[in-house]
Amino acid sequence: MKRTIPLLITAIGGFVLIIAFFSSYTQSWGEVAAIWFDILAAIAFILGGGNLMKIHLKKISDRKAGWAYSGVTLIAFLTTLIIGLGKIGVNPSEQFPDYAWSGSYREVGGPFWWLYEFAFKPLTATMFAMLAFYVASAAFRAFRAKNIEAILLLGTAFIILLGRTYAGVWVTGWLPEWLEGLKLENLTVTIMKVFNTAGNRAIMIGIALGIVSTSLKVLLGVDRSYLGGGEE
Amino acid sequence: MYEFFRDLDRRWIFLMMFLCVAVPIIIIGATGKTFPEEPTQLVRAVFDEIENLPSGSKVLLSYDYDPASEGELAPMATMFAYHCAAKGHKMYFMALWPVGPQMVDDTIENIIKKDFKDLKYGEDYVNLGYKSGYEGVIKVIITDFTELYSTDTRGTPWSAIPMCHDVNSVQDMDLIVNVSAGYAGTKEWVQYAVTPYPKLRMVAGCTGVQAPLLYPYIPQQLHGLLGAIKGAAEYEALVIEAYGDKMARKDAGDNPLTDDNGDYLIPGKYTEGIRRMGPQLVAHLLMILLIIVGNVIYFVERRREGRR
Repeated sequence: MKRTIPLLITAIGGFVLIIAFFSSYTQSWGEVAAIWFDILAAIAFILGGGNLMKIHLKKISDRKAGWAYSGVTLIAFLTTLIIGLGKIGVNPSEQFPDYAWSGSYREVGGPFWWLYEFAFKPLTATMFAMLAFYVASAAFRAFRAKNIEAILLLGTAFIILLGRTYAGVWVTGWLPEWLEGLKLENLTVTIMKVFNTAGNRAIMIGIALGIVSTSLKVLLGVDRSYLGGGEE
Repeated sequence: MYEFFRDLDRRWIFLMMFLCVAVPIIIIGATGKTFPEEPTQLVRAVFDEIENLPSGSKVLLSYDYDPASEGELAPMATMFAYHCAAKGHKMYFMALWPVGPQMVDDTIENIIKKDFKDLKYGEDYVNLGYKSGYEGVIKVIITDFTELYSTDTRGTPWSAIPMCHDVNSVQDMDLIVNVSAGYAGTKEWVQYAVTPYPKLRMVAGCTGVQAPLLYPYIPQQLHGLLGAIKGAAEYEALVIEAYGDKMARKDAGDNPLTDDNGDYLIPGKYTEGIRRMGPQLVAHLLMILLIIVGNVIYFVERRREGRR
């Protein structure tokens, strides 16, 4: 029973969405299923939060390696959650001044805004910016012209790297009009529009066919791995 | 020298990258000099889609990114908002990412409230905010907004927002503008909005890593694309060319200020993309140099091993 009901929900939900896509008469069924999906997605945040707490509390309790980081994660999570949900330090909105919680949790100058502006924003931006350093290091150590394929890849990388900046204009700007297509900025566009598009379309069609077959297996109950382990 | 590069500590590479980014930022900041931009056809297509719509058209702007990719995407998000506001379009802001509303807030505060003071919230622009469900949100609002968006972010009921009175679904929009950093983003908008409803028109701006994956949708499903900071810079150049007089800093008599060459003095917030092309150029050159040096070392080592 524990597996039959989820299997039925999956099959019904999946087939309803497929039928709704192809038939205008059943379009509203698909809309209902999509609304259910959105509601479940919202509830998933609660499950996600609960799971995060469970994993990190266990790590702290077992004193596993790096347990202090789990402590930092939990403190950051709970602080943000309490301040955001409780709208701590937020003034009531102009529309509803009598209701303490009517203000926006993102109010400028409020504690949640402060956390976002001075903790979340710089931290996430820093993490992303660090990629530039690692990519440069990796390019130096790993990008080797070992064979024909690697040479082609290197050549393409050089054209794109130069073509996406003003260096492209510097390097090939002198070419006459009849060789316009060989200018680096134009070569970049050609590579993206022709070679990249052709390759990506082939990959996308392949992936789509794979998704169709995998989805059918899931909807027909052949593939039940998504249900996880456990007894019937 | 050879040994130094062969055994190069990666901290030297980090330092070089830091200098390659920092020095151009400082120089461009101090001199105000930037590289000229020649917009590509795809960027022109984005500009034309917004420009050719009659004033008062409904434009849905979905800002699906977060602070991690703000450096790459905020310049184009800023320009999209400016262009739509300058053309007098009705702007419906929304987000599929949890921190997307903050991105929208930044744009509204820095662009609309400062440079378009005559625009009224609820009549000319509205912030619908974030809803959970990723592509599920698109699937619902493509046929009915109110199923998910019963209010805007301020809690104003949908029916009480004047510019929403004649809007039932995304299909009522004249254009979808998406700024995307990944899932859910442009790909999902194409798959769940534009593909089933081909009359919808859409343009997008995305991160560099996403751009190659979106080219297959051009031009049938995606009518224009700004790829990374380069795309943003080219788009800025086009908007400045068209609206430079309105955008420029003004003197006491409200006349646009120009520099010695007669070019308009454009506020820095509208040239973020153009200014970031300087650090990008030097960083790209460093990458090429590192790859060449790395390969020289590789071939020298291989030859030495062959001799042994």
